[in-house]
Amino acid sequence: MKNDATFSMRIKNWYGHDKNFARLLIIFILVVVAFSIINPSKFLSVANFQSMVYQFPEFGLMSLGVMLTMLLGGIDLSVVGMANLTAITAASTLVAFVPEGASDGQTMMVIVFAVALGIIVGSAAGFLNGNLVSRLHIPPILATLGSQQLFTGIGLIITQGSSISRLPAMYAETGKTLVAGFIPLALFIFIGAVIVLSIILNKTTFGTSLYMMGSNPVASKFSGLNNTAVTNKAYMLSGTLSAIAGLIMLVNYNSAKPDYGSAYTLQCILIVVLGGVNPNGGFGKVGGVALAILILQVLSSGLNLFPTISNFYRQLIWGGVLLAVLTLNYFTELREKKRISTSYKDDKPKETAKA
Amino acid sequence: MNKIKKLTHQTEFYIFLVIIVLALIIQARSDQFFTGNNLVDLANALIVPALFSIGTFMIIVSGGIDVSFPALAALASYIVTVVLNGMNYTGPIIVPFIFAGAIGLACGAFNGLFIAKMRLPALIATLGTQSVFRGILQGALNAQQINTLPPSMKEFGQSSLFVSQNADGVTSMMPTAFLALVVVVVIAFIILRYTMLGRGIYAIGGDESSANRAGFKVVKTKFFVYCFAGVIAGITGIIRACMMNMVHPTNMFGMEMTVIAAIVLGGTSITGGTGTLTGTILGIFLLTMVQNSLIMLGVPAYWQDFMTGLLIIIGTAVSSVQILRSQKQRKPSLSKAGS
Amino acid sequence: MQEEYILKATDIIKSFAGVKALQGVNLEIKKGEIHCLAGENGCGKSTLIKIISGVYSLDSGKVEFNGVDQTHQLSPINAIMNGIQVIYQDFSIFPNLSVMENLAYNSELMQKRKFVNWKRFRAIAEEAVSKINFNVDLEAKVGTLPVADKQLVAISRALINNAKLIIMDEPTTALTKKEVEALFRIIKDLQSQGIAILFVSHKLDEVFEISERFTILRNGQNVKDGDTSELDSDKFTYYMTGRHFENKHFTAEVKDEKPVLEVRNLSCEGDYQDVTFDLRKGEILGITGLLGSGRTELALSLFGLKKPTSGKILMDGKEVKLTSVQEAMKNKIGYVPEDRLTEGLFLDQSIGRNIVISELKDLSSRIGMIDQEKRQSEVGRWVDELKIKVADPDLPASTLSGGNQQRIVLAKWLATNPKVLILNGPTVGVDIGSKHDMHAILHELANSGLGIIIISDDLPEVITNCSRVLIMRGGKITGEVDPLQVTEADLAKQVTDVAVNG
Repeated sequence: MKNDATFSMRIKNWYGHDKNFARLLIIFILVVVAFSIINPSKFLSVANFQSMVYQFPEFGLMSLGVMLTMLLGGIDLSVVGMANLTAITAASTLVAFVPEGASDGQTMMVIVFAVALGIIVGSAAGFLNGNLVSRLHIPPILATLGSQQLFTGIGLIITQGSSISRLPAMYAETGKTLVAGFIPLALFIFIGAVIVLSIILNKTTFGTSLYMMGSNPVASKFSGLNNTAVTNKAYMLSGTLSAIAGLIMLVNYNSAKPDYGSAYTLQCILIVVLGGVNPNGGFGKVGGVALAILILQVLSSGLNLFPTISNFYRQLIWGGVLLAVLTLNYFTELREKKRISTSYKDDKPKETAKA
Repeated sequence: MNKIKKLTHQTEFYIFLVIIVLALIIQARSDQFFTGNNLVDLANALIVPALFSIGTFMIIVSGGIDVSFPALAALASYIVTVVLNGMNYTGPIIVPFIFAGAIGLACGAFNGLFIAKMRLPALIATLGTQSVFRGILQGALNAQQINTLPPSMKEFGQSSLFVSQNADGVTSMMPTAFLALVVVVVIAFIILRYTMLGRGIYAIGGDESSANRAGFKVVKTKFFVYCFAGVIAGITGIIRACMMNMVHPTNMFGMEMTVIAAIVLGGTSITGGTGTLTGTILGIFLLTMVQNSLIMLGVPAYWQDFMTGLLIIIGTAVSSVQILRSQKQRKPSLSKAGS
Repeated sequence: MQEEYILKATDIIKSFAGVKALQGVNLEIKKGEIHCLAGENGCGKSTLIKIISGVYSLDSGKVEFNGVDQTHQLSPINAIMNGIQVIYQDFSIFPNLSVMENLAYNSELMQKRKFVNWKRFRAIAEEAVSKINFNVDLEAKVGTLPVADKQLVAISRALINNAKLIIMDEPTTALTKKEVEALFRIIKDLQSQGIAILFVSHKLDEVFEISERFTILRNGQNVKDGDTSELDSDKFTYYMTGRHFENKHFTAEVKDEKPVLEVRNLSCEGDYQDVTFDLRKGEILGITGLLGSGRTELALSLFGLKKPTSGKILMDGKEVKLTSVQEAMKNKIGYVPEDRLTEGLFLDQSIGRNIVISELKDLSSRIGMIDQEKRQSEVGRWVDELKIKVADPDLPASTLSGGNQQRIVLAKWLATNPKVLILNGPTVGVDIGSKHDMHAILHELANSGLGIIIISDDLPEVITNCSRVLIMRGGKITGEVDPLQVTEADLAKQVTDVAVNG
């Protein structure tokens, strides 16, 4: 009896604590159930699941990067540019350094080198963003809008406008390894990233600093946080995550080009906002964002069940969903404000001016 | 003396200097900058981005931002052309203008609904509406390139104010559309300088709650700004179609970046409240000039994105460092004052 | 018949979502008088003003302007039409626009003008500033003006529409002593023009100095009203708080001759020059001076936020270079900033996070993992030790009162275990009750061996709470006084005296 009570209390507590997560979970279940009913043979097929798990780590990792910057009250519009730049770097390294008829060992060494180089390039790009924001005080929108153009531009210069393909087959083969026999490498990396990030955000000094600086950068400076370092780290991590996403894209497409995945920018922002991150900074959880990533992937794969719907409809749907989520948040916040003002005993109760 | 001092405090002055210096460099290297033909070409290339920049400038001054206007323009020009072609329209050019303006108004109002009424973050909201506009255009309407325009649009696109001819016989024509730019600039100038509505845009960008208490209609003013920018963007879409003698669903996408960057380069504060039309036009001129002249300088075309990105970053860095300095001069301490 | 009262509010009741903010409050203001409305934060002063000015609607009660019942017509426009103007704490100005525009907009909008006539703007502005002999460049952007001038812009603006009653909401908060005096002269001048002033404040010296009559509110009810001449400082404090306080002079109990902090010939060009002083364990050192005397800049330098151009800082006899806040913290210096809301607190974040933010490094392992148990016990410890009234430390800091918020900022620094604690305006905007509690805490801390510096222009505060007081003027330390030997008037004179060589 007693146990029951505490259990239901716990659930209630948990729900009250993280309404957003609970809401997302319900949406996720509803979407999965809906598509399963509409077209069970296709939606619940192994092939569909396989294509899903290969796809979402790409934009999922980028979304996690965007999330970090949005927690600071900033934004990163250059994730796609960083991913492509990484892929191009890795691809051109592979093409340049794997000699004709190289042994497996040689090829593997170059792959490791190319991957490492790619991640360094992506992280450096993110670090550049961080410095533009933290040291030069360029508003994040402008800084990353400009650097997106810059990274794409560098990619264009390297590729001279065409794509880099004919990679050693081993790269894609390695990229499609199954970890422990059944988890695709990309999925494994994504899950790892989610776990590491949630530890960083919940349990470390850096995580707390991120939230605190996001809600008041002046106070965080006066509290002894190193704002410059926190900002640089967040943007750099965004670059690292995007770099890994770029390497996964290279596995999936088996070629690199500066304009791949251009629709991902919007999708990432949609995911992060849907996942419950406050665009003004200070609030948001990895769990919410991870669920939002899954929801988007299920929706996207679900849409594939209807071949009559052109791919371009997706933009309409993503944009529509983003606006719908924002609108919904707006109305819940309104209600929340009214509720809170009952418990407020302050000099300035919120009441909208009559005027 | 005082006037000169005031001048050197303005961003516009420095952009002007940069433009002159760059022009001299290009002239020295290619010997072609100060030719009638090149200048007319520049003016020609300036029309569309400059038109876009005026509406967006007003939005930024009011404290907002908009990245949806190229999608909006593409949508408006596509719908207008398809409908008019469908009814074999042969009437005057004014009808497509009004029609596109109306579509722009509707889309602008859509933006305004989210940003002015519901106070959603402008960047994220317009990213959303951008996606919706593109989705309607490419998904719902399944837009393809259109190569035949109604006769009046084609005529308008090919009509010119004058034609410039170089010594070596190369000619360039100054399109009539340039007049449209002049008209829009004049209208925007009058609104901003001589109406309470326009002053309200600056006031809201400076301090929204003060504006509310002073009696400015904050929501209505913001709503107006997004509608106005929508109308201009719609008309710009048509002008672009006329000038290129075709409608292309995607070739304006991406312009939002250069336009916003140019506005900030021109001294407009991204947080709202300050900025001038002159600065905006100068900023657009500078960016257009760089993009147009790269080829003249023998820089390969695929360097263009890199150069633009670099210019955006350097330009915004210079202006934000400048703002930072003037703030430090104004208040020697980190503590309040002015809060 | 000439009506005696410009404003008569009777039996005003107002609740917000069930909580009664005003429970039948009365306020009467005679024509041309200077009336003070006093009360602690949260007593309902602001709500009452907002009802009169038509921003909030009232639940019941009656409001008369000039003897005419206006209860059902209350609105911002109506108030202005009846000559009632409110100057809010933030002045409601546009920092990005010129003085001229700031002055002209209200009346232009009132007249529902649609078009701009710059000549008329200038005429309106010139007339407005001439009413209080305010000398200012009409083309200057308001954001570039000092705070006092911003206020004058707001006052000039209020006068344009034929004001009969000007309500000033805590107008002296951001002003220096000198500027307050200038403001009072203007208020007296306005009175001589027949304009009544409602002066909202919780500072008793100001109430005594300027007002003729007063009304004191507590918890949404009238406590007392009458002539200011009947009031003395003890009564005033009692009416405000419902408590009696003893003003106990602080005397250092810990005697340690070796200084913990030594400042030697410290200079920062343009801000302060050649500052030299010692701080010993267990003493409270006061630094007082006007705004712009360099006091805040000096504090920022001691906290690593402003680089000095020359001179030395020594901690425990060893020279230290304070190049960043992190460096200052390493050397065990803490700083409670001037502006609690923007510099001290993370309002939306939890109380617990606010307390531990500065000691995170000490609570975590080398790779940055926070020890959750230690964290919890730290939060609990400081909530207990500073008697912070907290329902749940996971609630946001915004749910606390001003006094409790200030304690959180203090807790944050005490948690870092500092040897020197610098407080800049520690009780600005804190009401009398909390102020006394805060002072008691500081006395205790000093007696436990902490070296404390209080930077403040609240002279009674420095006199009662410091063991020594340094006076700063024009960037230099111009004297040191023993608080037991000096009167407030004396100290005030030393603070404001203009140095011979400027």
